[in-house]
Amino acid sequence: MRDGALTAKLWAGLIWVVIGFFIVNVFGLIAAVVVNSFATRWLGTWLPAGFTLQWYGSAWSEFQLDSVLIVTVEVVFAVVAISLLVGVPAAYALARRDFRFKRAILLLFVLPLLVPPMTYGIPLATVLYRLHLAGTIVGVILANLVPAVPFVVLVVTPFVEQIDPRLEAAARVFGAGTFRLFFHVLVPLLTPGILAAGLLVLVRTIAMFELTFLTAGPDSQTLVVALYYSVFAAGIRAGQSVDAMAVIYMATTLVWLLIALRFVNPTQLVTRVKE
Amino acid sequence: MSSAASIQRKTVDVTALLVAPGVGLVLLLFLYPFLYGFLLSFSAHEGVGLRNYVKFFSTPFLSQTIATTLWISFPATVVNIGLALPIAFATRRHRLQRLLTAILVVPITLGTVLIAEGLLLYLGPQGWLNRFLLVTHLSTSAIHLTHNYWGVFLSLVVSGFPFAYLLLLSYLTGIDPVLPQAAATLGASPWRQFIHIYLPLLVPGLAIAFCLSFVQAFSVFPSAVLLGAPAGPTRVISIAAYQAAFEDYDYPMASAIAMIMAGVQLLVVVLILAIRVLFYRGPTVGPKG
Repeated sequence: MRDGALTAKLWAGLIWVVIGFFIVNVFGLIAAVVVNSFATRWLGTWLPAGFTLQWYGSAWSEFQLDSVLIVTVEVVFAVVAISLLVGVPAAYALARRDFRFKRAILLLFVLPLLVPPMTYGIPLATVLYRLHLAGTIVGVILANLVPAVPFVVLVVTPFVEQIDPRLEAAARVFGAGTFRLFFHVLVPLLTPGILAAGLLVLVRTIAMFELTFLTAGPDSQTLVVALYYSVFAAGIRAGQSVDAMAVIYMATTLVWLLIALRFVNPTQLVTRVKE
Repeated sequence: MSSAASIQRKTVDVTALLVAPGVGLVLLLFLYPFLYGFLLSFSAHEGVGLRNYVKFFSTPFLSQTIATTLWISFPATVVNIGLALPIAFATRRHRLQRLLTAILVVPITLGTVLIAEGLLLYLGPQGWLNRFLLVTHLSTSAIHLTHNYWGVFLSLVVSGFPFAYLLLLSYLTGIDPVLPQAAATLGASPWRQFIHIYLPLLVPGLAIAFCLSFVQAFSVFPSAVLLGAPAGPTRVISIAAYQAAFEDYDYPMASAIAMIMAGVQLLVVVLILAIRVLFYRGPTVGPKG
């Protein structure tokens, strides 16, 4: 019995050592980027020779961050707004009604979340190029809607299922039309679900590299794609100004992640597939 | 009653129609491009046929990308699931679990581009890891972990392990605690509870988590370019598809590579699910009563 307790303790200890090791390394790679972005010169020492803010200014002008940020904000908010407008009613219909082809429709909504963006992104980009939409901000928004709409549907459906249908029936009995039923009964009750879905789509869209990369032109790059190109062309620019941009990207993402984590469970960021 | 039923029927149609815009969008932007790409992959400059596929499999520079990608993505998936399973099990009811999940969600949120840039600095010859290894005399010379296989592999672990952990955690917490409690009452140790109760019940979730992790790893792109050796050892299939589309402007060939990519992913998923059928199938929730 004592032997069992000892192995259990050793096992638990080992688990936390592995977790600690992983977190220390992730923290290390993030801290390396942050430290380098403030570094004057950093060669062969633990920390840079000195610290400066100049790289943020040069990154801002070199990478035209003002226009990149405007594009990012436009894309992200368009994707959030459209995916909520399309996804929430679909989630409502799926939660409340049974109809033909419902299983096929559910599969249709799950597939874009399971197939990696790189796989369907290339045919999608081909179609968008044929339609002369690729390279424009409209094309980037359309591409990003592909995983966003199904994501909203899957996140919001359980929230709709929790609402007692009798509340809607009661509102109907008292003469509420569809419009009033929707805005005075459903939307207030669904607010937590809509908020969660919106924030998760927002965070995922800021970080969505593949689809934006495949469909963006020079004037429609979001922050993460601009970051890729600057890392790709490392050597042309100072490493520190690339990292200054990386820190700006990180700050944008993490602020929204922190806000999102107040309202959602972290596991919701990952697709959950029911058997 | 009959009037209520007729009102009901009238609203049924309208409410069900709310799903239409979403379905239309996914059909137009997901299914249609996929089918379009599928058909396009059979067209070539001189007519219709399997030419693109024949070219892919007869050109080692192209066909090797399948083996290269599997050689990175399969071990990475095994490591990620192998680490995530015991860790998710050990922390499933831990008081620090919520904090841990919040920390682990950070690398997923930051995405592969930032992880690649961070690892370039962190693992590089001047990076903190090599500095630590030299100072502690764990290594006598700097070890090369960037611009090769290991850079890509490690980036897949950094982004893939948290993903696998969060997935498995949500499956584990979905198992009714009454079942292992019953086993514990009958004297089963935590280890035996895991082997005889949790593991069989977790097989479906494990299979799905493995498939999703693998499919993600197989489509690795930014870190294979930034952190690997994209001309050689880490020339993964995504790079081949990207080059066909955006450097050669050969959209039929790019579509063919995308279809082959989807085909390999599908094959592995079918294989995993076929293995999974050999195990227990049934409810993960105990009988009520």
